[in-house]
Amino acid sequence: MRILGIESSSLVAGVAVVTDGILTAEYTVNYKKNHSQTLLPMLDEVRKLLELDLDTIDGIAVSAGPGSFTGLRIGSATAKGLGLALKKPLIHIPTVDAMAYNLWGSSALICPIMDARRNQVYTGLYYVQERLEIVKGQCAVDMGQLIQELNAREEPVIFLGDGVPVFGDAIKAQLTVPCQFAPAQSNRQRAASVAALGLRYMEEGKIESAAEHKPEYLRKPQAEREREGITL
Amino acid sequence: MEGKALKDDVYILAIESSCDETAASVVKNGRTVLSNIISSQIPLHTLYGGVVPEIASRKHIEAINQVIEKALEEANRKLEQITAIAVTYGPGLVGALLVGVAEAKAIAFAAKKPLIGVHHIEGHVSANFIEHQDLEPPFVCLIVSGGHTHLVIVKDYGTFEIIGRTRDDAAGEAFDKVARAVGLGYPGGPKIDKAAMEGNPHAVEFPRGKVEGAPYDFSFSGLKSCVLNYINHAKMTGEEICVPDLAASFQNSVVDSLVSRTVAAAKEFGYWKVALAGGVASNTALRKGMESACKKEGLSLFYPSPIFCTDNAAMIGVAGYYEWLKGNTSGWDLNAVPNLKLGER
Repeated sequence: MRILGIESSSLVAGVAVVTDGILTAEYTVNYKKNHSQTLLPMLDEVRKLLELDLDTIDGIAVSAGPGSFTGLRIGSATAKGLGLALKKPLIHIPTVDAMAYNLWGSSALICPIMDARRNQVYTGLYYVQERLEIVKGQCAVDMGQLIQELNAREEPVIFLGDGVPVFGDAIKAQLTVPCQFAPAQSNRQRAASVAALGLRYMEEGKIESAAEHKPEYLRKPQAEREREGITL
Repeated sequence: MEGKALKDDVYILAIESSCDETAASVVKNGRTVLSNIISSQIPLHTLYGGVVPEIASRKHIEAINQVIEKALEEANRKLEQITAIAVTYGPGLVGALLVGVAEAKAIAFAAKKPLIGVHHIEGHVSANFIEHQDLEPPFVCLIVSGGHTHLVIVKDYGTFEIIGRTRDDAAGEAFDKVARAVGLGYPGGPKIDKAAMEGNPHAVEFPRGKVEGAPYDFSFSGLKSCVLNYINHAKMTGEEICVPDLAASFQNSVVDSLVSRTVAAAKEFGYWKVALAGGVASNTALRKGMESACKKEGLSLFYPSPIFCTDNAAMIGVAGYYEWLKGNTSGWDLNAVPNLKLGER
């Protein structure tokens, strides 16, 4: 079984290949947001280095959001185009779930936080000790509300994500439970986690067609929110 | 026709997503359209009185695979039988363009086909080659749409000399603004066109915009202000506005500016073929006005059917074919360029 993982929901652009349960390639660049120019050349490089026949890919796992709307669509359209041409299924991976999967084996509560602006984060709560257990599914919430919720749970928590540098001070000042911050190799989105989780989902039959796949933004377009605000 | 040996038929799969239409097409040998699928979002954007970029981008990603698959199916072609993939990479809405560009790149990469980035406006000009099999450059072309008003000499396939352009609003933009002001709604071009059919084009004599020292440039903002002032004045004095007369008079002024410059340019630069391109090329008054002026001057006029004037992928397939013949293929780092200039690659 061979799964291609694609990640482009934030500043991180990444592609990874998991073959028979082993990570055979991972290419991550966390630099400038020009995924439109970098993502496919990265995949091409991985293809060359692995001498990969693309037809041997069984499924394409894509980090489906939340995140940067444009970033998500670049990853999504890339996955949809690959799926169409290769006639292979897509695997829809919630971005925050895949981030939690970076820390597989930890006993603490895992809390990825992506900066969603307007003092909000895209987050979720997970246990990853034996399997990925979703305590609270991915959502957009106010950071203050998340801290309150974590304090009420009274258990150690590990944070990761690009929300950490933004809200680190607020966490240190207001959080009353023990906390840690994930180290460099696992504190941002990783295409390897997308592919690894994709493998699990594929085995469980949780796939979709390239045609039906679309990103999960968790937020409506501003114009739509404003229009609903006026008509309500 | 240099560069490529032409012993086999060339099939281009083309993708267009620069604004609010998700489109795909298969074009054979640059002139024969085997399929032309367009999924329009106009009813959705009508709710907002214009195109909302984020909503357009979201709709593109939901529709794009189905549109491409339908284009292949209607053309009775499998992806393996396609020669190359062409895609609009600018100008347009960046988020909308990116969907088509990322999709086209992934398809070309996975199917091991060449990728051809196409200029949207070059596509509009090339739409003329679909139904006029004998039309070849050079010719004068008036490009008029919601975002563009250019008068160019098409020197060769994909080679343009710009001799005039708008200094302010695009012609289609002026149509949209006036349509909104008189309550006709979005999209303004077809609404004004229809209303004007019942009106008198000389009911109000609106001015023709001129640009000092640039005989082939256009200006529509002065005209637009005149129309808006006329409406305001009528409202204040309690006069009732006859919308058909206003629409016909406004349209007459726009058409007059477009026709007079195009015909003058053809004569001055010595071309006897004139073509229209872009969404506004569907406008019935423009077609009629241009037809009679060209006839008077002994010029041959060409324009596409309305289905090829609107944003579509067939025109991108035609332009892509001629770029392919010249060996102009793109790399996997092809990006969307929202403000791509005409003649740039």
